Order: sequence, then structure tokens, then C-alpha cells
Amino acid sequence: MKWIKDFFKTYLLLELVQGMALTGRYLFARKITVQFPEEKTPQSNRFRGLHALRRYPNGEERCIACKLCEAVCPALAITIDSEQREDGTRRTTRYDIDLSKCIFCGFCEESCPVDSIVETRIFEYHAEKRSELLYTKPMLLAIGDKNEEQIAADRAQDARYR
Amino acid sequence: MEYFQQLLGPAWPVVWTLVKIVALVLPILGTVAYITLAERKVIGYIQVRIGPNRVGPRGLLQPIADAVKILFKEIIIPEESNKFLFLLAPVLAIAPALVAWAVVPFSPELVLANVNAGLLFILAITSMGVYGVIVSGWASNSKYAFLGAIRSAAQIVSYEIAMGFALVGVLMVAGSLNLGEIVKGQHGGGFWNWYFIPLFPLFLVYMISAVAETNRAPFDVAEGESEIVAGFHVEYSGMTFSVFYLAEYANMILVSALCSLMFLGGWLPPVNIAPFTWIPGIFWLLGKIAFLLFVFLWIRATFPRYRYDQIMRLGWKVFIPVTLVWIVVVGAWMQTPLWLW
Repeated sequence: MKWIKDFFKTYLLLELVQGMALTGRYLFARKITVQFPEEKTPQSNRFRGLHALRRYPNGEERCIACKLCEAVCPALAITIDSEQREDGTRRTTRYDIDLSKCIFCGFCEESCPVDSIVETRIFEYHAEKRSELLYTKPMLLAIGDKNEEQIAADRAQDARYR
Repeated sequence: MEYFQQLLGPAWPVVWTLVKIVALVLPILGTVAYITLAERKVIGYIQVRIGPNRVGPRGLLQPIADAVKILFKEIIIPEESNKFLFLLAPVLAIAPALVAWAVVPFSPELVLANVNAGLLFILAITSMGVYGVIVSGWASNSKYAFLGAIRSAAQIVSYEIAMGFALVGVLMVAGSLNLGEIVKGQHGGGFWNWYFIPLFPLFLVYMISAVAETNRAPFDVAEGESEIVAGFHVEYSGMTFSVFYLAEYANMILVSALCSLMFLGGWLPPVNIAPFTWIPGIFWLLGKIAFLLFVFLWIRATFPRYRYDQIMRLGWKVFIPVTLVWIVVVGAWMQTPLWLW
């Protein structure tokens, strides 16, 4: 009996027709494409995008050149030089992030004792040359200045979990 | 027209035939271009995506953009290849796909060459297509291309037998090799007079063999991008590659057209009553071709690729016996009063 059943199942292409019925239904299913530049998917406040260096509200940069981020960076993407300023505080003279090395793990942000280096929600940046992916201290500070509002809001939202 | 006839004198038949050929080939190439868009759209929709929609309104200019892009690409000829055959192969691939259209009737009058042995011509010409594949694989002097060409050649040759037998069935029922006569033999009340009903197994075998003949998914082991990169055309680039691409799609349209002529009543309306008969026959034929092409895309979006030995098993151990049995059955059936076609 079984072979008769199998014979008809095979030669009537039953399973193939079932498969095509399934794909045929999906032909009319609602499409889930997000048309990127016009539409965007929601982003987490913990999104790890382009880096920024933050300042205190009085304009003083937060970074104290402790070099914890440089030490923790698994990709060795961060390079820091520091010196003592005239007022006796320690500050960086150089803070480079090589974005072609960076893996966006967020360890630098986690390790920072003063919330200076952060990762922002920006992910639509590009470079035409490799050298343009080496972000220097002024560039990172500028990103921080420009997006401080969003950065602060994201940190505030996450504060109770930290 | 008579003015031109006098102007050109004895050259007139040649010129007129050339005009007709151009009038036939240009729409085919245009259709090929838009099939590629339809394919991307249909497969996209089945995968719950939108598909290309950036170039022009709803992506309608996408094939133009693709064509322009590919025209400007460099044609790379491998150092170790046989250069003459390497460049000849794409021509060998596309020529049969276009030549076969000569005998395809679009309506009782609209046919480029009303050949009495039309079916034979089709079989002979479509068999030539395999040379393009073999020559390209051999001339490329590349392992992948050679493997792809061997696979493709073996596959095309095996499925051609089943396809030929399926056409023998049509030939028996119609009693003519002329494609126009075959369609006229299906004339009657409506779709129940078409040959796909008495020849249903052969119709299925023909359709599946057609998919295999054109090396399309799920029989695309010749291309097999996950195993042998691109098969026989792996060394081709730019325009030479796009000619292979054109040939594949032109073949798809051709087998769809042949299938609609031989099994689905060609230009005949599905029911021979008033509102259906108002529409000119050519639109019915084009509609049937379009439907079969859609089935091609649908199949591609549904089934995973066959393993190579399974393809060979299906061709030799299933299709050929099935077609042989059904030819005998039809032959016996036609001798009885139960034969209604």
C-alpha cells in the first residue's frame, strides 16, 4: 500500500506543489523592507557607534589621561600622550582612535572613570582614504560638542543600570 | 511599401526579411532585459522584500542601468585561453536562442518562416546551444569553467532526450511538424481541447526539462555559485558575460513560448466565446508566455538546488521512462473511440 501512496505522491509532484503554494502565499505577504535613508529602525540608547570625547558643562574636557581605555582596548586602536598642565592637572596632548582598527566593543567607554570617551549613535560616517579614519583629539571633541545633548540623555537613561 | 519594393528591386526580399528579423529580435532582447527585473522583483516579493526600486519609478529603469554598467566594463581575455573560441562561445550561445524564434508563430499569419518541419528545426537549433557552453568552458582554460561546462553539457544532453520524447507526443497527437498546424489542431471549444490534458505527463516533463535545459534553479549546478563560482562563464566579464546572460533568458522565453504553443493552445483563447475571442490571439500567446515565465521565477524562488547525481537520476531513470510509457499510452489511446482531441 505504502509504495502505491508514495508512487502517486511522487508523480503528482504533491510536495513540490505544496512548496510552491507556500512561496506563492509569501508573494502577497506584507513586505518588511526598511527603506534605509528614508526609514530607520529604532536604535538603543546603548548603541555603539562613532566615538566622542565629552566636556564638563564649564567647557573643561573630561579626559584625565588615565589611559585605562588605551590599556583595555583589545584592538589597540587608541593612542594617548599626556602631560601636566600649568594648573597641575594631567591632560592628554594626543588622543587618537584608529577607526580602521576599532571593533566597537565599547570597552573604552566602560573603563572610563569620568565618562569622557563615549560611543555615540552615529553610524553613517565614511572616509575616502584610510588616513581619514584616524580620528584625532580635536575631531573627537568636536563630535562630543555637537552631540552632547543626545549623549547626555542616553547616559541618563542608562544611569540606573550602571 | 511598394515604393521601397521598386526602389530596391531584387534586393527587396532580403531587406524585408531583415526588417522582420529586427522587428522580432528587438522585442525579445527588450523582454530579456525586463525579465531580469521581473526576476529580482518576484524573488524579492517571495522573500518578503521589495526588490530594486531606486532607479526610475518603481525600479523600472534598473535593466537600463544594468546594461549601461555592463557595457562599460572591461572584457578580460585570459592569457592562457584560446582567444578565438573564447570570443566565439557567447555568440554560439545566443545565436540558437534567437534563431529558433524564426518558426514561432504569434498568430495564424504572423510567423517569420512558416516551415513545415518547424518542430524539427526547433529541436535541431536548440541542441546547438550546448556548443556555446562546451566551447566557453574549454576555451577559458580554467578548472571551474571546465567543470561547469562538463556538468552543463551532460545535463543539457540528458534532458534533451526527455524533451524530444515529450515533443514526439505532441507530434503524434497533432499529426504535423508545423507549429502553426499544431496550434490549429488544438482549436475547438476552449482549453479542454488543448494538448496539455491528454499529454499532461509530457507537459510536466517538458516544463521541468525546460528548466533543466536552461540551466536555471533548481538545476543550476552548471552555474553553482556556491561550489564552482559561476561554472562555464566564470572567466567572462563585461559584454561577453552579458551575452551568456542574455542567452539564458532568451532560452527561457523561447521554451515558454514553445510550451504555450504546443501544450497550451498558443494564440487560442481559453474559452471560445464572445468576450475572450475579442482579444487578438497574439495577446493570449504573450499572456501564456508571461505566465510560464512567472512559473520559472516562482520555481527558482522555491526549490533548493539538486545534487548532481540526483539530476542525472531524474533525467535518465524517471523522465525518459515516463515519456516512453506515455507515448505508448497515447498511441494506444488514439486508436480507441475514447480519443477526443
